[in-house]
Amino acid sequence: MKLDEIKQLLFEELGNLAPEADLATVPPDADLREAVDLDSMDFLNFVIALHKRLGIDIPEDDYAELRTIGRAVDYLTAKTKT
Amino acid sequence: MGEFVMPSLGADMEAGILVEWLKRPGDSVKRGDIVAVVETDKGAIEVEIFEEAIIDRLLVDIGTKVPVGTPLASLRTMSQPVPVARVAAELPAATPARKEQVAPSPPEAIAPPAAKPLGVPPASLARRPRVSPAARRIALERGMDLSKIVGGGPDGAVISTDVERAAVTAKPQPAERGIDLAAMRRAIGAAMARSKREIPHYYLSRPIDLTEATAWLQAANAGRPPAERLLPQVLVLRAVATALRGRPGFNGFYTADGFQPSERIHIGTAVAIRGGGLVAPAIHDVDRLTLDELMGRLRDLVARVRAGTLRSSELSDPTVTMSSLGERGADVLFGVIYPPQVAILGFGAPALRPWIVGSAVAPRTIMTASLAGDHRVTDGHAGSLLLADIDRFLQQPGKP
Repeated sequence: MKLDEIKQLLFEELGNLAPEADLATVPPDADLREAVDLDSMDFLNFVIALHKRLGIDIPEDDYAELRTIGRAVDYLTAKTKT
Repeated sequence: MGEFVMPSLGADMEAGILVEWLKRPGDSVKRGDIVAVVETDKGAIEVEIFEEAIIDRLLVDIGTKVPVGTPLASLRTMSQPVPVARVAAELPAATPARKEQVAPSPPEAIAPPAAKPLGVPPASLARRPRVSPAARRIALERGMDLSKIVGGGPDGAVISTDVERAAVTAKPQPAERGIDLAAMRRAIGAAMARSKREIPHYYLSRPIDLTEATAWLQAANAGRPPAERLLPQVLVLRAVATALRGRPGFNGFYTADGFQPSERIHIGTAVAIRGGGLVAPAIHDVDRLTLDELMGRLRDLVARVRAGTLRSSELSDPTVTMSSLGERGADVLFGVIYPPQVAILGFGAPALRPWIVGSAVAPRTIMTASLAGDHRVTDGHAGSLLLADIDRFLQQPGKP
């Protein structure tokens, strides 16, 4: 998938979890758990949604790769490359 | 002839606004059916019934603020006949209700822990059209009856544009405001002030080595797709419930008659609300659930807190409360007991700490458990034993 498609998908899913957050102002290196106030259940739902939409395996060991927008874009781009 | 009354929804709530009837006169209901929705400081609450009956009359209009204890509907048993004249009179009327804007004051009472069957099937939600929180809010603000609005959203869900459209043709009525975080803050303040005034708290804490439990969880989750993975909170819930089974002095209600321990373990589970606010609805019979069932209940509960659709029994009958600060939280929680309960357990953020294992220092995942107990019922010795039990059960995470 293209980078901007991944980014749009990420913003959509984060927007579902945190409707009040202004995602455009979140720095790409900010920890999402703090920047958009995600608790462990929110984060799990985030992983579930990405797994469902992209059809990729996201083991727990990789959760750290999804902690910021910047890292998540890199990780998902690499994972969806065929 | 019986009555269906506005239940107590916890020590910090005295009234709610009736926003939706899900049953009509003549409908038969059974235990656990959701009969009405009331809007409160804690969001929209689905009010359940605990008996088998037929709805006779609806006594309260939509948009009316009703104090706890107010009869909402009259009931009749299956064998009681309906006067023919009334059936004829009520059939064409869509919202039969007595005009009674000021409902009678309730007797001051704490709702008894409602006995109910093990678990409420989540399927009961599917029996009526779904309503988005935004639609519910708009309908409440404008005093509109949601059951008369045709849903145009996914699966016939009523969404905000449906309500807006219906509002153009409907005559607007003044109605009181619904969800209000400032009101919720005041309600929390009132309940906590009562707690601090009436309950002689004592506080204990104990660091718990979570390394084994974390490793067990990682192994258990490794083979599971994300939707089936467990959160650490589930292991803690289970350990707390197992420990409480052997220590009844921490599980129950303190009322005018003194302490009444509860046979059943309904753990009020603190869930933060986006934008501020906190609610601790019950997960029922935690000690009887498997870890997977517990995870399902927790997921369902958090989703419904976020959507603002809790059920009355979840708010009225927790027998104890548990609050986990999560991985980004502070390291210890000093809880305030939620009356009429007698204990609250807190769990700080797990973190890697230098720990003595055998005779050497090793990095271990440590979580500090805390207890606020009620000195009218227990003391620090019993509390220490409870925390030790929780520690012990957390060292055997896979055991039933």
